Amino acid sequence: MSNIITAENLSFAYPPQEGKLAIPVFENLNLEIAEGSFTVVIGPNGCGKSTLAKQFNAVLLPSGGKVYVLGNDTSNEQTLLEIRRTVGMVFQNPDNQIVSNVVEEDVAFAPENLGVPSAEIRKRVDDALKTVGMYEFRNHAPHLLSGGQKQRIAIAGVLAMQPRCIVLDEPTAMLDPRGREEVIRTIRTLNRARGMTVVLITHHMSEAIDADRVLVFGNGGILADGSPREVFTQVELLRAANIDVPQTTALLYELKRQGWDLPLDALSTEECAEAIANALLTQTERSQK
Amino acid sequence: MPPVIEVRELTHSYSVGTPFEHVAIEHVNFTAEAGEFLALIGHTGSGKSTLIQHLNGLLKPNSGTVLFHGEDIWKDKKFTRTIRSKVGLVFQYPEYQLFEETAFRDIAFGPKNMGLSEAEIRQRVLRAASFVGLTDRLLEKSPFDLSGGQKRRVAIAGVIAMEPEVLILDEPTAGLDAKGRQEILSNIRAYQKAQNATIIMVSHSMEEVAELADRLIVMKNGRVDAIGTPSEIFRQAEHLRAIGLGAPQVTEVFRLLREKGLELPADTYTLAYAVKALCRFREGGGHA
Repeated sequence: MSNIITAENLSFAYPPQEGKLAIPVFENLNLEIAEGSFTVVIGPNGCGKSTLAKQFNAVLLPSGGKVYVLGNDTSNEQTLLEIRRTVGMVFQNPDNQIVSNVVEEDVAFAPENLGVPSAEIRKRVDDALKTVGMYEFRNHAPHLLSGGQKQRIAIAGVLAMQPRCIVLDEPTAMLDPRGREEVIRTIRTLNRARGMTVVLITHHMSEAIDADRVLVFGNGGILADGSPREVFTQVELLRAANIDVPQTTALLYELKRQGWDLPLDALSTEECAEAIANALLTQTERSQK
Repeated sequence: MPPVIEVRELTHSYSVGTPFEHVAIEHVNFTAEAGEFLALIGHTGSGKSTLIQHLNGLLKPNSGTVLFHGEDIWKDKKFTRTIRSKVGLVFQYPEYQLFEETAFRDIAFGPKNMGLSEAEIRQRVLRAASFVGLTDRLLEKSPFDLSGGQKRRVAIAGVIAMEPEVLILDEPTAGLDAKGRQEILSNIRAYQKAQNATIIMVSHSMEEVAELADRLIVMKNGRVDAIGTPSEIFRQAEHLRAIGLGAPQVTEVFRLLREKGLELPADTYTLAYAVKALCRFREGGGHA
């Protein structure tokens, strides 16, 4: 599989402000995002996750090194529009992303700016609103919707650009469990059914369980990189970096410390229950012998 | 003695008289006692935010009443005004509301509006800052130079500085990492204990409310669906899932284990209790 995003020796520092030094966020970072993959990025507050995400569609440019989107250098202004069309971004707070007084006009904002013909815009807007389950609200005023609904409108707005990659910066931080599930299900469908590349930044570990890859970010670099199972079994490393593990992993970890013989990589509640039941069964058999 | 807060048959609609008119909450009833920690849970749009804005008089009920120590908070203008400082409300993402030149002045804004003396204001700011673990050095900084977690603690301190009897927080830990979450939650607990204050916290984390709350209020489509202790509420995990909530993961694991025929307690909702119950079960050779 080819890479949609490549970072080479990427360094970034916010420029110095009056009387203060420049603050380096990360240095010499090398990273590739495969086209069609689902990557989850986790890390403590202030570790540079959002700064990294903004490098992916040239909202921020590297201080050193390069970022390429489909081979195009993000610091090349000639290809800026193409990069923005390829990688769409969704931010944490939907209120900062909504511009219109009517839902469908808001979703049409990006394709209008891209000069898409109006019949095509109509189709894209309807498609995007149906994908996020907000079609019936197309004539509503966004400010009267709940936070979760607004966030789905913001996602629809990005979908209407038909990007090949979507980067979401904590899109579920303000949502309830159902809203979270709807947004995650939407994102997963985009990835699995439409082959869209997804980069999801989140604090909710349960959202990382189904990803192809989990990247743990901290101290200006990558602390761990692998499948969810490979990453979440490193409980000490994660806790040291102020990252929660899923409660299932925490339960298995505590039991293991009490001398239970258990695997740590049973992430779903079903796998976790299965593992505990097996451990209890093995012990009963042993004590009967 | 009447409870600190009593809500009776509270109903509120938005955009009354327009095509967008809709009922946000209806016939809501509950009480909150001194020193009690209540968690308010419910899916997005279930009316939680509308409800809490009634408790300090930011919204006026269409019908029904909100009583503070047995008195209607709308009985006269002066009383309504005092309620704004007796019932402190911390909004979602309160750090977006910081505006002063220093963290100290931002925290002082509330007490200043209460017409307190300079000395009293200073004392309150320092006390509030210590509740949320802000050092003197941080207090002299511009709030915009602080980290996300610190900014949020400044915003919470701004409400605590009014020394409200009831502290209401709308998703105080949203968007924070594990350490930031734990710090904020222990700050809230410290305030509750020291002042015997009533805490009402809106949260979407079932794990969080399971650990902290004395009672849970479950909202569904603008109505109170259930009120009870975490044990009473999380027993009905199926029902919670049906209304878009769910239970802590350990509760779900225990439900699955019980389905497999293991005799484990059905009311398990915290990690510590789950570990204890499982170890006891194992030592008992398969009996809890």
